[in-house]
Amino acid sequence: MTDATLISPRAGTRTTGQKVTRLALRYGLYALLFLFALYYLLPLFVMVSTSLKSLDEIRTGSLVALPREVTFEAWKTAWSGACTGIQCEGLKPYLWNSLLIAIPGVAISTIIGALNGYVFAQWRFRGANLMFALILFGCFIPFQVVLLPMARMLGLMGLAGSIPGLIFVHVVYGLGFTTLFFRNYYVTIPMELVRAAKIDGAGFFRIFWSIFLPISLPIIVVSVIWQFTQIWNDFLFGVSFSEAGTQPVTVALNNIVNSTTGVKAYNVDMAAAILAALPTLLVYVVAGKYFIRGLTAGSVKG
Amino acid sequence: MTQWLERHVPKVVLAPTFAAILLFVYGFIGWTAWVSFTRSKLMPRYEIEGVIQYTKLFASPRWDTAMNNLFIFGTLFIVISMILGLALAILLDQKIRTEGFLRTVYLYPMALSMIVTGTAWKWILNPGLGLQATVQGWGFENFQFDWLVNPDYAIYTVVMAGVWQSSGFVMALFLAGLRSVDGEIIKAAQVDGIPTPRIYSAIIIPSMAPIFLSAFIVLSHLAIKSFDLVIALTGGGPGYATDLPATYMYAMAFSRGDIGQAASSAMIMMMVVFAIVVPYLYSELRAKHD
Repeated sequence: MTDATLISPRAGTRTTGQKVTRLALRYGLYALLFLFALYYLLPLFVMVSTSLKSLDEIRTGSLVALPREVTFEAWKTAWSGACTGIQCEGLKPYLWNSLLIAIPGVAISTIIGALNGYVFAQWRFRGANLMFALILFGCFIPFQVVLLPMARMLGLMGLAGSIPGLIFVHVVYGLGFTTLFFRNYYVTIPMELVRAAKIDGAGFFRIFWSIFLPISLPIIVVSVIWQFTQIWNDFLFGVSFSEAGTQPVTVALNNIVNSTTGVKAYNVDMAAAILAALPTLLVYVVAGKYFIRGLTAGSVKG
Repeated sequence: MTQWLERHVPKVVLAPTFAAILLFVYGFIGWTAWVSFTRSKLMPRYEIEGVIQYTKLFASPRWDTAMNNLFIFGTLFIVISMILGLALAILLDQKIRTEGFLRTVYLYPMALSMIVTGTAWKWILNPGLGLQATVQGWGFENFQFDWLVNPDYAIYTVVMAGVWQSSGFVMALFLAGLRSVDGEIIKAAQVDGIPTPRIYSAIIIPSMAPIFLSAFIVLSHLAIKSFDLVIALTGGGPGYATDLPATYMYAMAFSRGDIGQAASSAMIMMMVVFAIVVPYLYSELRAKHD
């Protein structure tokens, strides 16, 4: 914590004039901060209020006005009737697809990442640093550079356009991050602990299971949240490696919004966008602290 | 056998990941690099033909637009996000009572998919019923804000949405940095009667150089990979006006059926990323060895 305040406090020597200035500055500061909050909240507000209006009201009313007559029609359509091209089943099946991709994707990459991180932090061997550097480096490549060969590889593996194919892709390109998370977490645990356990006759997995796993909850949460957000919000892999029926929710949302058939239903677009955003928003609201830790772990490494 | 296994368990555990990374990262980069030197069109071909794809790429006006856009978008996105993020962090650092709430509000866009952000801003910025129409409805009939459909300005709407999404994250980085500055030095400076703005500009901000670097790396990385945001907000349009290298690559790979162009543009993207990330990673890893 810094102790800097806008005016350096010199208690006792303050005149009324100084006090007034100080108070004014304080109010100005709060006003500014809440103005910024408004800037970040306004798009969300517009989305929610638009999704609750009828199309007529959208055409005649103002963007920032509250709905005069609240209707959930748009939500119903977005959930089960909106068209993503030729199919008109709403977002529901695609939300389900995203969940089917995200759950195994998150679980597998977190488990493997935990074991990898454990090796890199506590069971160093010759060449381990180079391996870690190579894996870490993989986190930074623009995925465009692997898109073409991956499309062919998924075809060869018989996974083209399938949900297992998408899970596979997300696991492979998420491993670098999960390994990094766990490695940086376990590296702070003194190596003497492992040495002592080895002398007592415990093996690799035994030590992991009874010493490392029980203290890992915070970093598991970080890893799960990170991977879940990444996979849920992914669009590039989804749009490249899925086909009609296996598309994740981001791809379906984009199709709904950009489908050219019929009248533009802005209220349905907004309801669909909120539906697609809800799971990650919920995660953020419930576990924001861990969310931020994941975001910063890649950039401010310990 | 069991003895051997016992000793090599750590390596055996790492082996699948390492093999996967070698193949799916480095092997695939190699494949893309190889194909970028061939005449591949709809199907990949493997006879090396030299730099024809790169020559074609650099002669293409669409690619030229994409690189220009990356430069405009990248610069503005990074600079504005950094300034806004730093400003918010400093303001929030003044013992604000509602800090937790405000932080949550500033950062929540980062949890959204770029597709959601793009969809929201597309609606807000559409000239017919969005912001322009609303302000006109308030009586300012000459108010013009049609950047979204104006080829000369559309790229700036991508900047607006991008900054909205990412500036809160920069704020969080800087706020963590501000909190880690040695409190004793600041107290000493305050006792000496140094005004607060000067404490920030002369003591606190210079000591956060590593955080500026981190923020820069993350933001430039986000900028180069930006694909979803453009797709959802402008679809690359009007025309090609908001194409970025990422959307160019995607168009070539999946709608134009031009694998050679897709591969060469992906390689250029990777080189841009490497030029920024390699020196950073190198210094990070070295610092750990010492």
